[in-house]
Amino acid sequence: MSSDTSFDNSSGRNPRPDLRIAPHARGAAIEFRFDGRAVAAYEGESVACALFAAGIRTLRASPRAESARGMFCLMGSCQECVVWADGRRVPACQELARAGLDVRTGTIAAAP
Amino acid sequence: MTTQPRAFDAIVIGGGPAGLMAAVAVRRQGGTVALVDENPAAGGQVYRAPPSGFAPEAAPSPEQAHGDRLRALLADSGAVTLLAHMVWNVGPGFRVDTIGKDGPSALTAAKLIVATGTSERVVPFPGWTLPGVIGLAAATVMLKSQRMLPGRATLVAGCGPLLVAVAAGIVKSGGQVVAVVDTAGRGDWATCVPALLSRPDLLARGARWLASIRAAGVPMLSRHALRAVRADGDRLEVDIGPVGADGAPEGSAELRFSADCVTVGHGLTPASDVSRVLRARHCYDAARGGWIAVTDDSGRTTIPGLYVTGDGGGIAGAAAAEHHGELTALAALHDLGRLPAADFLRQSAAARKRHDKARRFGGAMAGLMAIRPAQVAAIPEDTIVCRCEDVTRAEIERAIEEGAREVNQVKAWTRCGMGPCQGRTCADVVGELVARRVGGREAAGYFTGRLPLRPVSLEAITGDYDYSDIPIPKAAPL
Repeated sequence: MSSDTSFDNSSGRNPRPDLRIAPHARGAAIEFRFDGRAVAAYEGESVACALFAAGIRTLRASPRAESARGMFCLMGSCQECVVWADGRRVPACQELARAGLDVRTGTIAAAP
Repeated sequence: MTTQPRAFDAIVIGGGPAGLMAAVAVRRQGGTVALVDENPAAGGQVYRAPPSGFAPEAAPSPEQAHGDRLRALLADSGAVTLLAHMVWNVGPGFRVDTIGKDGPSALTAAKLIVATGTSERVVPFPGWTLPGVIGLAAATVMLKSQRMLPGRATLVAGCGPLLVAVAAGIVKSGGQVVAVVDTAGRGDWATCVPALLSRPDLLARGARWLASIRAAGVPMLSRHALRAVRADGDRLEVDIGPVGADGAPEGSAELRFSADCVTVGHGLTPASDVSRVLRARHCYDAARGGWIAVTDDSGRTTIPGLYVTGDGGGIAGAAAAEHHGELTALAALHDLGRLPAADFLRQSAAARKRHDKARRFGGAMAGLMAIRPAQVAAIPEDTIVCRCEDVTRAEIERAIEEGAREVNQVKAWTRCGMGPCQGRTCADVVGELVARRVGGREAAGYFTGRLPLRPVSLEAITGDYDYSDIPIPKAAPL
C-alpha cells in the first residue's frame, strides 16, 4: 500500500476525500481558479486532473446537444477537456496547474 | 514574425520509444535531428516521465526505470528536442510547424520520421460521454504519472492488458475497484500464452496483478460488457450484461453497479494523421489496430523521405517500438547517403532481430485489443458516436441509406469526424459502421487527413510581431 494514511479512499467517511495517492510527494501546494472558485492543486498536476480530484468534472457543454462533458482521453487527442486558461483555449489535460491561473468553462464563443 | 525555418537531416514527430530511439540512432551516425513532442518530457505513454516537482518514487516501476534510461540516451545524443511543442502543420519537402511556449517555429528536413503512437479506441455505449467516464489510458496517466486514483469507487471495463494494469494499480494504491468487466473470455487470454512466454517477466507481473485484484475481492466478469451508464447525482449507475465470443451483447443486462468513475477502453488504434495529411498510401489491418501507412519493414512509406515507425505504423507494443525506431533511422540515414550499404545491412539486421523478438508479446496483446465488429454493430441507434459534433449512430446510418458510400461522405453529410478532434476518437468506429453496409473497411475508406493537426488559434500561429516586420512592397510609381 503506497496510499497516504491521512485519508481513506474506499469508505467515503473521510471529511476531505481526495483522489491523490501520495500528497506528500508532490510539488508545491498552489491555488488556481475555475470560474472564479478557488481550486487547490500541486505543481506538476495538469489542470484537468487537479479539477477532477476537486470533484469538478464538467468542463464544458457539447456544441449541439449541449450535454455535459469532461476529461476523457487525458493525452491531448480528444479535445473534450478544452477550457479557457488565462484567455487561451487549451485542453485542460495538457495545461499545467499554476498559481493564480484563471481557468474557465470551455465555450464555443470567444473567451468570457 | 516566424523566423527562417531551422534545417535538419531528419525531423522526428513523437518522443515515445520509437521516435526517441530514432533520434538517438540518427545522432549516432552523425546526422542532425530535431525531435518534437507535445509532452514536457520524452518517453511516450508507457515510459511517461513523472511530473516535474513530484518526488521520485521509492521503488520505480520497470517502465519508469527504462523511461529514465531512454531519456538519458536522448539527452546525451545531441538531438535538438522541442518538448511541450505541438505540431499543427506538416508539408511536403518536409516542413513541420510547431507551437511552443515561445511561440511558433518552423523546421525543415529531407527526412520526416513519424512516431506518433496510438490513441485509445472506445466503442460507444449509452452514457459514454458523461463526465466521470474516462479511457483506460486516461486512468493509466492518472495512476502512473499524476499519482491519483480515477475514483474512490471505480468500475474498470473493456479489453486488453490495460484492464488488468489499471485495476491492479487502483488496488495497490488503496482505491476500490467496483468490478473488472472484460469483453474477452478466459479462453481468449489463454490463446495468447504461447506468445506471452516470450516475456516471462511481463507474464509473471500480469499474474501478480490478477492475484492482487482477486485478493481484494473484486468481482471479475469475463465475457461481459457495459450496456449503459447513467448519471445518478455525483455517482454513475452502470448496467453490465454478458457478451458472446464476438463481443455482441447476449440477453439482457443482468448486473447493476454504482461507481463514481467508469474507466473503459477497447484497444488502441494507430495515430496516422501525419501520413494521411501527406497522402501516403494506407491499408487496413485489423490485427495491427486499423488503418496504417503502407511501409516496408523499415518504415519507408510510399512517399520518398517519409517514414512511419513504432506503434503508429501498426501496433506491436512499446518494447518493439524502440527497436523499430532504430531500424527506421538506419533506413533514413542510408537513404540520405550517410550510412554505407554494408553498415546499413549489418546494423539493421541486428535491430530487426531484436524487433522481431519483442513484437511477439506486443502482437499477442494487439490481438486481444482488435476491434470487434459485432460489438460495433450492436451500438444502440440513439447513442452518440462522434462526441465532438454529437452525431448519433442513427444519423450515420441515415446518411448511408441516403447514399454515402465511404466515411468522407458521411463526414460531409453529418459533420461526424469534423470536430476539434479531427475524427481521432470516432474514426475507427465510423469506418466499421460504414464497412458493414458497403462491403468492408477498404471500401469504407478513412477520413482524409486535414490540417491543422490540432486546433490552433490564428494568434498562436502568427506569434508576436511588430508591424515593421511585415514586408510592404514599394508603391508602384504613379
